[in-house]
Amino acid sequence: MFLSSLLLALRAIRRNLMRSFLTILGIVIGVSAVITMVTLGNGATRVVSDQIASLGSNLVMVRPGQRLGPGRDSAGAPRFKVSDAEAIQTQIGGLNAVAPSTNRSLTVVYGANNWSTAVTGSTDAYFTVGNWRLAGGRVFTETEQRAGKAVCVIGETVRKELFGQQPAVGGVLRISNFSCEVIGVLASKGQSAMGMDQDDTIVMPLRTLQRRLTGNQDVSSLLVSVGDSANTDRVMADLRLLLRERRKIATNEDDNFSILDTRQIAETLTGTTKVMTMLLGAVAAVSLLVGGIGIMNIMLVSVTERTREIGIRLAIGALEREVLLQFLVEAVALSALGGIIGIVLAALASVGLAKVMQVPFLFDPGINLLAFLFSAAIGVIFGYFPARRAARLDPIEALRHE
Amino acid sequence: MNAMPSPPAPLPPGEGSESLIQLRAVTKTYGQGPAEFQALRGVDLRIEPGEFVAVMGPSGSGKSTAMNILGCLDNPTSGAYVFRGLHVEQLSRNQRALLRRYYLGFVFQGFNLLARTTALENVELPLLYRGEPRAARHARAREALDAVGLRQWEKHTPAELSGGQQQRVAIARAIVTHPTILLADEPTGNLDTQRSHEIMDLLVALNRDRGITVLMVTHEPDMARYAKRIIHFLDGRVDADHRNGEKH
Ligand SMILES: Nc1ncnc2c1ncn2[C@@H]1O[C@H](COP(=O)(O)OP(=O)(O)OP(=O)(O)O)[C@@H](O)[C@H]1O
Ligand SMILES: [Mg+2]
Repeated sequence: MFLSSLLLALRAIRRNLMRSFLTILGIVIGVSAVITMVTLGNGATRVVSDQIASLGSNLVMVRPGQRLGPGRDSAGAPRFKVSDAEAIQTQIGGLNAVAPSTNRSLTVVYGANNWSTAVTGSTDAYFTVGNWRLAGGRVFTETEQRAGKAVCVIGETVRKELFGQQPAVGGVLRISNFSCEVIGVLASKGQSAMGMDQDDTIVMPLRTLQRRLTGNQDVSSLLVSVGDSANTDRVMADLRLLLRERRKIATNEDDNFSILDTRQIAETLTGTTKVMTMLLGAVAAVSLLVGGIGIMNIMLVSVTERTREIGIRLAIGALEREVLLQFLVEAVALSALGGIIGIVLAALASVGLAKVMQVPFLFDPGINLLAFLFSAAIGVIFGYFPARRAARLDPIEALRHE
Repeated sequence: MNAMPSPPAPLPPGEGSESLIQLRAVTKTYGQGPAEFQALRGVDLRIEPGEFVAVMGPSGSGKSTAMNILGCLDNPTSGAYVFRGLHVEQLSRNQRALLRRYYLGFVFQGFNLLARTTALENVELPLLYRGEPRAARHARAREALDAVGLRQWEKHTPAELSGGQQQRVAIARAIVTHPTILLADEPTGNLDTQRSHEIMDLLVALNRDRGITVLMVTHEPDMARYAKRIIHFLDGRVDADHRNGEKH
């Protein structure tokens, strides 16, 4: 009985090629869209978390002003001083390094080349905190820092843009109104999690930047590298108490600074990409649903013809359960075929798009299974249930169906 | 001439040696309440094996209703339908389906062939439900198509066949199982005179050569003339029942 139902179902599929094709198409589009979106989203999430891992472990960033809530405008909050960094270094245990830093966006010139980049003033602790390595030359010395000498270390992008094939170390750059000797080149770190080029940077002693460019003693952020054995939460709590004390904040007042650690940033960012993945998945799920509605339409349009067909089958002696088995097999076969084609198509599209978007291709068996089961359910619900209603009619009623 | 194949007896033993078909005080009511309509108002009828019966009567007199009940496609509202001593009105849906499968062939006024399906596949459909193997199915379907003169049309779908050819495919489908009884509701209703006579010759041959009992509804006295017996319906009752050629 099952074999003959299979035969009948295959005949019905072949006989109604267009309808079968449209049914499969609806499922293929829905299934492949959902799987592709989710797979690419997973790849993007992986990229972000990989990049965050490369940032350096346990980096804590302190900035004036609050990121959120009242006092959000950081302009109003008092700046930090170098003495804040020194106090943190001496009074809080378990730290690798503390780097006070200030940034400026400037155009730098070397010979006929000029390049717009971010100039950071800091101490040599900056290289420890940011996990920077040197590709050539050296970092600035204690003396150079204290004296505020015009020396700088440049990132790979700046080197490429200004020096090209020429040796960079020993070259003299024109930065704004002063000349600055290049003493070192940083090893490339590539793009940051936010998609910024981390190698597009110039680092010089903080003193130099303050004297020659900003003209004040302000420090715009404190970068703190927490030792591996230290508890980041404890360190952050200590930092907060210390800074509140130094900034003379009363107990009932809010902080006028904010402390972020990379773990938080990482969580925020991966959280964001996860939300994006879910959003894309939801959009794709809508297309799966639309595909389902398409299938329902095709099935409903053909319900008159199919009801008559069922009437004919019943009239020549088919049992209700034989007719139902045939329609069930037909629905399952169509949706399974659509689901399989959709999965294959999604795999191809994901591999291709992952290459274009430069994210890894991560096969997610869960979403493949889910999309497949969903498509099968759609096929069965929309293909089988109208047939079941028809098969319960008396043959003569089914035949009379208009 | 083919011997009746013995079906895998889905039927319990009947009441003994009786008529092939007996209707006793059969009524059929359609609708409910104010829309209620009594299409059959007590029909009594006996049909013996090997008969060729024409059913006539004005439109709305209940001919199709009676045929559908005889074909086990519909149930009477009251009364008894005894087929080979078996009370059909007491059977389950599935048992009636098996009766249709093994004993009855039905030809509809509107052909009712499966669309986009070749003549051969249409004709072999009842055999599929009987679980016949492929080779036997094809052989018997071709034999049935031969009997209706459509052997060379077996690859054609209904849309590629004329009305007369479609009706002959429908007849082939009805006789492919070698039914005990062939029920035909206005088999020539949609056909021109020449095609109608061809169909009649075919039914006569089936009745004569294969011993198939034929029950046929028709409006045309020309067609009724082929039958050995004519039953007249009027207002849901049998109005007259006589052997062909006898005076009314
Ligand atoms: N499904 C139904 N619901 C309600 N009334 C019906 C139904 N089928 C038939 N009838 C009514 O029952 C009566 C008998 O119908 P039937 O089809 O048996 O007549 P008939 O003798 O075959 O007529 P015709 O020669 O026009 O085919 C008609 O008055 C018809 O309107
Ligand atoms: Mg009728």
